[in-house]
This record gives sequence, structure tokens and C-alpha cells, in this order.
Amino acid sequence: MKLIIIAWRNLWRKPWRTVITSGSIFFGVLLSAFMTSMQYGSYESMISNVVKFYSGYLQLFTEEYHENKTINNTFILNDSIKSILDNEKGITHYTKRLEYFSLASSDEITKGSVIIGVDPSGENEVTGLKKWVKEGTYLDNNSNGVLVATDLAKYLQVGVGDTIVLYGQGYHGVMAAGVYPIKGILKFPSPELNKQFIYMTLNESQELFSAQNRLSSIVIMVEDNYHLPPVLKNLKREIKSPYMIRSWAELQPELVQMIDGDRAGGYFMKSLLYIIITFGILGTILMMVSERKRELGVMIAIGLQRSKLSIILFFETLFIGIIGAITGLAVSIPICYYYFKNPIPLTGDAASTMVNMGIEPFMYFSMQPDVFYTQAFIVFIITILISIYPVVKSYTLGLTSSLRA
Amino acid sequence: MNVIEIKSLTKIYNGGEVKVKAVNGIDINFKQGEFTAVVGPSGSGKTTFLNMLGGLDRPTSGEVIIGGVNVWGLSSRQLIDFRMNNIGFVFQSYNLIPVLTAGENVEFIMQLQGKPKKERDLRTKELLEAVGIGDRIKSRPSKLSGGQQQRVAVARALASKPEFILADEPTANLDSSSTTSLLELMSQMNKKFNTTFIFATHDQRVMDKARRIVTIEDGKILSDEYFDRE
Repeated sequence: MKLIIIAWRNLWRKPWRTVITSGSIFFGVLLSAFMTSMQYGSYESMISNVVKFYSGYLQLFTEEYHENKTINNTFILNDSIKSILDNEKGITHYTKRLEYFSLASSDEITKGSVIIGVDPSGENEVTGLKKWVKEGTYLDNNSNGVLVATDLAKYLQVGVGDTIVLYGQGYHGVMAAGVYPIKGILKFPSPELNKQFIYMTLNESQELFSAQNRLSSIVIMVEDNYHLPPVLKNLKREIKSPYMIRSWAELQPELVQMIDGDRAGGYFMKSLLYIIITFGILGTILMMVSERKRELGVMIAIGLQRSKLSIILFFETLFIGIIGAITGLAVSIPICYYYFKNPIPLTGDAASTMVNMGIEPFMYFSMQPDVFYTQAFIVFIITILISIYPVVKSYTLGLTSSLRA
Repeated sequence: MNVIEIKSLTKIYNGGEVKVKAVNGIDINFKQGEFTAVVGPSGSGKTTFLNMLGGLDRPTSGEVIIGGVNVWGLSSRQLIDFRMNNIGFVFQSYNLIPVLTAGENVEFIMQLQGKPKKERDLRTKELLEAVGIGDRIKSRPSKLSGGQQQRVAVARALASKPEFILADEPTANLDSSSTTSLLELMSQMNKKFNTTFIFATHDQRVMDKARRIVTIEDGKILSDEYFDRE
């Protein structure tokens, strides 16, 4: 105990030096936590936008559909799959879809389109489809109308109340054809979706493609991305061939790559920051040891074992790290929490670009615990590494030379 | 009874191609309760001799036997424990631990010995009172004068109840009155606790107090005289 008290008091022999060294750690932790919180916040926002826009956190389909997205590879939801989904506690919602391609025609114009049959209320819970209705009304289970994406509607020169003809190939090559009134016009943030999407009720789509009770996929939602891994693990374990489950990350690897690339940039910046801090602490520790050579020699001479001396020097290094890390976290947590609750609004071109991409123009922050404990862990590792020097020094200190110092 | 037996003690420093014999085959014994000054000109080898005697500097050859233990046959760890339990040190520059109070400096060595708190507190108080600074028990070294710091150093040296105390130029940084009172104090401690004191010194006042004076020159004992002093 006395050794730790000596270490603590040694720190305050030159208070300004300790304050400055701990201060460098404080600012390092603060900046790093702030930067990480902002990075994680933007990833969470991106992922949330992607999954809540269309893909969901998870999708269930058949292995054949995964390989070849044709209506012949769709499936009928059986009780066993339904029971697995209903019993998985991590799932907040799931909704059924039947997707296929068809030609859409107005009076004189025809265009290829993607037909998506959905459960109107379920789809709205999962992806908030209703909010993209620009004109007209949203689907209900009893309606036989369709929602047409805005650019497609313009191309076909149709509007709410007009009718369009859908025709193509149904299940097992059956002719698929139908006439549908337009209930509403959808305007998505994505131009690609605006050019080709048509939504109708699941029943109508199954009727159109002669694919009674058949589904192309089930879209599954969980609380957030941090709750995904256990649900994914459970479902992958329980759902057997010919069905398969895929996460948003597996369905959209390009987004994962983008996040990984950005994360690597963040790691680089933080590494630079921590390298600078490391040399700052090392300089202080070198000074603290070299200017006390005689004192350390005296302590060994009068009977302090070198192992105990190394404990004193180790704790001196550790205390500097702890002071910096704790104060850094104590300040960074409330700051990040403030911005977590009050995201920074973006303006100008950046904001317009985000709005066009269907992303809310805000800079979000994350309050995930690892944003903060990672910084403390890094500082701990740095101090452990730096403490190697004084510990080695305490074992190699020449007694007579240090007493003459 | 011999507390310390020294046999053919030699220390050779390798200075490149030149080898310097700092201590050259010294044989000497010290008895319990002696008050000895080791004297000699600068570079005569007295500090090297004291360092080897105190287990601080390994001799090139020879033996230092303290209480029947060949000091330089001990492992480095055992040697540190041996010093703690058997040898008290008083240095020229006092060398107290600056972040500990006078009391804590004295107590520190007893804590290393694993003595119980009650015993430590009692002995710390007793020793600081014995050296005349019982009222400065809570003062840090920086708040004490040189003479007071050297008194704390003497109390610290006595704290572990050592076989003997080695004092390397203990009066070199003290003014005349502090030197006189410190010597008086060490003389009292010598008598009171029957602790052996061995000084390396240039100081005539120390020599005047010593009951045995060993003169070293060129690493060899030139003379070894006993004096009858009160």
C-alpha cells in the first residue's frame, strides 16, 4: 500500500508536468471518443437508412431464389418457419413480399418494372412505405390498386385514378396479366427505385403471377444493428435448407466495404493521435526516472527490492494514464450524449446530397459503450507498454553509479 | 566479538587498458559497538571499501563476512534483504525519500521488514525523539534543515536495528554546529544501542570522536589505531 502512496505522491512532485502529460491523454481520449462516436453514429444512421428503406436487417428466402431470382424459386411459408420467426425474441417485426418483373403499360407506352407484393400494414411497419406516397392514398388489404413510383408514372404518362396494364410471365410459365387502378404515386429518394417500382398488395401480386400463397422473401427487423448478431446466429442455426437467412451486410456488401474503408481511415487518424500521446508520456517517464536515479539507488540500498521499486514506477505511469483517461471520458461522455440527443444539422450541398439519397441531413453520434471503453483500453495498453521502460530500469539500475548520480 | 570480518578484499576497475586497484587486498575486522573512522585522501579507496562492506559494490575478490554470512555469496535478492536487516546507511546528501515525511522515512524500512504498525509507530517516535526532532515527525525533508535531515537519516539507519551503520562523509554538507551535534548524536546512539558505526570521512571532527581510525591509502590499510575517548 505504501508503495502505491509513494507512486501517487511522486506524481505530484512536479504537478505541472503531471497535469500536462495527463492533459495530453485527456485531449487524446476526448478527440478520439468524439471522432469515434461521430463515425459510429454515421454508420448507424447509414445502416438504419438502408435497412429501414428496403432490405430490412435480415431476409429469409430459398437457396434457389438467392441464386436465381425467378418466381419459380419462391416458397410457401410453412408453420415451422413461421413458428421459428414468431418465437425468436429479438425479432421486432417481419413482413412478407412477392417480387417479380413485369411489363407495365399505359395507353401507348410500355416499360419493364419491378412488381412488389406487400402486406400494406406490415410493410409500413418495417420500411415506412406510406411516407413515400406523394399523391393519392396508401394501399389497404382490400384494395386492388397499385402504387407507382413517380418517374415510372411520368414515363407511362399516368396519374392517380388512371389504370395500367401489367403483363408478363407468372409461376411456372403461366401468363400473368391484369389491369390495375393507380391509387397513389410514390416518390423515393433513390432515382433508380423511382424508375421501376410498382407496389400492390401481396394477395393481388400472388393472383397476378398465379403464385397463390407464394413469397419471394420475408423481411425481418430487429431493434438495431447491435441486436442483430444473436438473432442472426439463432436463425442461421434453426433455419435449414432449402431456406436460408441473410443479413443486410451479406445482401449489401458494398455498404459494408464503404463502412470498413471509412473505419480504416478513422483508425489511422486515431493511431496518429495515440502515437503522439505515447511519445509525450514516454518523454515524461524517461525524465521522471533519470532525474531520480540517486533516489532510486538509495531505496534499493536501504532494502527495497527491485520488484517493489518496479511496482512504484509502474503505478506512476499507470496513474498518469488513469488520470488522463478518466477525465477524458468524464468530459467526452456528456458531450457525445448531448450530440447523440441533438444531432448536428447539415446545411448546403452536403445536406442536399444526403436528402437526395434519402438520408436525413444530420450528423449523428453514437453512445455505444465500446466508443468509450475502447479509448480507456487503448490508454491502458499504452501505459503498460511505456511502463516497460521504468520496470526494466528498476531491474538494471547500477547501484553504485546511481548513488553517485 | 567480530561483527564484520574482511578477508583479502580487492576491487579492480577496468579503465580501458589500465586496471586500477581501488582496494588492494584489505584484511580487517570490526567488533560490536566500535565507532570507527576510515580516513584517507581522495581516491584512496575508502568509499569503494565502504561500498563493498555495505553490499553495494561487488568486490573483484575477497570476502565480507557479516554475522557469519558471506555477503557476496548471496543472490541479488537475498543481498537486498540482508542490507535491510543488517546494515544502516547514512549518506553525504542525506538521501531521504522526498515524498515521505520524516516519520514515514523512518517507518518505511520497518514496513519493508514487515513489522506491525503499532511497533513501527512506537519505534519511529522513539527514534525521532532520540535524534532530537520528535516534533518534526510530519515534516517533509524539504521543510527540514540539512542537519535535521541528517538526523532523520540516522534515525532511518537505526530503524531496522542493524548490526552496524555505514556513514559515507555524513558531515560533508553540514555546518559546524550541525556537525558537532550530529556527531554527538551518533556517539550517543553508539553507546545507547551499542550499534557499530563506520565512517568514511575527511572531517577532522569526526576523527576526533572516533575510537578507532583506519587510514587507507592506495587501496591498502596504512594504519589502524585505537583511541580511548569519552
